[in-house]
Amino acid sequence: MRDARAEVRRPIGLRLWLSGGWLSLLALAAIFAPLIAPHDPLAQDLFLGRLPPFWEDGTEPGYVLGTDSLGRDVLSRILYGARLALIVALVAGTLTCLIGATLGLVAGYYRGWCDRIISRFVDIWMAFPPVLFAILLIAVLGPGLISIIIAIVVIDWTRFARVIRAEAMSQGAMDYVASAQVAGRTQFGTMLTEILPNVLPTIVALLTLEMGIAVIVEAILSFVNLSISTDSPTWGGMIAEGRTSVHQAWWVLVFPLITLFLTVLSFSQLGEGLKDRFDPVLR
Amino acid sequence: MSYLQIKNLDVRLKGGGPILRRVSLDVTAGQVHGLVGESGAGKSMIGKAVLGTLPRALEITGGAIMLDGTDIGTLPPAERRKRIGATAALIPQDPLTALNPSKRIGPQITRRLVDILGWRRADAQARALELLDEVHIPDPTRVMRSYPHELSGGMRQRILIASAFAAEPKLIIADEPTTALDVTVQKQILRLIAEMQKRHGTALLFVTHDLGVVSKVCDSLSVLYAGKVVEDARMQRFFMSPIHAYSRALLAATPTYTDPKGSLMPVPDTVIDAVELEIAQHDVRAQA
Repeated sequence: MRDARAEVRRPIGLRLWLSGGWLSLLALAAIFAPLIAPHDPLAQDLFLGRLPPFWEDGTEPGYVLGTDSLGRDVLSRILYGARLALIVALVAGTLTCLIGATLGLVAGYYRGWCDRIISRFVDIWMAFPPVLFAILLIAVLGPGLISIIIAIVVIDWTRFARVIRAEAMSQGAMDYVASAQVAGRTQFGTMLTEILPNVLPTIVALLTLEMGIAVIVEAILSFVNLSISTDSPTWGGMIAEGRTSVHQAWWVLVFPLITLFLTVLSFSQLGEGLKDRFDPVLR
Repeated sequence: MSYLQIKNLDVRLKGGGPILRRVSLDVTAGQVHGLVGESGAGKSMIGKAVLGTLPRALEITGGAIMLDGTDIGTLPPAERRKRIGATAALIPQDPLTALNPSKRIGPQITRRLVDILGWRRADAQARALELLDEVHIPDPTRVMRSYPHELSGGMRQRILIASAFAAEPKLIIADEPTTALDVTVQKQILRLIAEMQKRHGTALLFVTHDLGVVSKVCDSLSVLYAGKVVEDARMQRFFMSPIHAYSRALLAATPTYTDPKGSLMPVPDTVIDAVELEIAQHDVRAQA
């Protein structure tokens, strides 16, 4: 008979609300940045340098989160920075996921020589220190949005390959896969129709996690001045600049840091929340 | 008419020892053939060899498998897969892992009809409802829309039985179909399998380690020990007068009400010993 748990419609958890809410807010901010940003993120005004956030003394109206040492508006820069952060998260995350998950699925399902080649490749790849690897890559490719995306894909596809391989392997051992084959399905068909739907929840969870990681990697690269370009506003770049004046103007460091932290946290929580909700086994 | 005929089948571990040794058996139309033996004897491997789902580490090294008169070993892989799908089906051991957890029940049954018989979806849908009714599932319409995790183990095994019979295969291999179920459900499932087999006139290969189960549903049986068929018999003859020493020991090991603590008759060696012994003898012969 139907189990009682099937009848209970699970409410969307607080976790999904909060993480989804923050990310949607950020997405809106990124899309409408030119409309809502109070100032040009690149406009400098040395007379307005190091203005504190609105609740402290000595502020100028209109500079809600203060300005940095060159007089650029912190809020506007964070809003514009969200554009780059989200583009990197979406594009790099998706590409990493596609490449890594495909290789993992093939290795875990087909096994044999296919698996041996892919797995050894992953082992070798993972022996490189990832951040150094990325820095090296950017140095070779030259800074820019596309280089950053390539660097993230190149250093992180192994994460997907490993996890999805293990998952595909355990699903492949299940009786329902054998049943599908007895019913005349081809190997490839079985992989797509039987295995893939069952590893999808894991792929989604990993994908959102990867988006968070992409944001961090982008920030790290900006921090060492290897990101898009020095004057585009990025969170990592802001943190790097804020670090030098943290004793005089803490807000230049702290606000982008908080934004970065909340974003990465939201991505990982969104993944977990989605997995809980859509994994048929946990449901 | 023999729907499944296995002749001198040899299966071995790639680069290792034998798993099945010159196994022969015969399952005729409308008959239930039992395949008994202890764990590791190779019972399930026979079923897997027939259905083409042997683990990758194993290979068939000799003999022939005739499915409804065709030697499937001689067919090219794609052809073989099609032929097996059209003539044989499996009732698996563990109903909990035998249904795809991310798909509704309906498509999992109709898929066979669409794939194998080339039916239209609507016809397959109607037939699936009939089949679910045939295996005594209440409210089949709702069950068709359910996910596997919403159903109990017994229900899922009924669904698997329905889907095994769906495309009217000539042969069904039941691989310990009641082992994962509790005793009360076991009995119902056994009765259901027997009932379905009679109604459809299917040949059934019933793999189990439980002689009690065999005595209830089978017409004949093969006793497998260490990858070898040690006895092949009609049901009645086997229970009256088993010939092979291992068969006698197996029968004597069945607990009875009159002597529940009766001592077991030990079999001199284990399955592994027997296999190793055989390899050793083979080596000696090879050297001689």
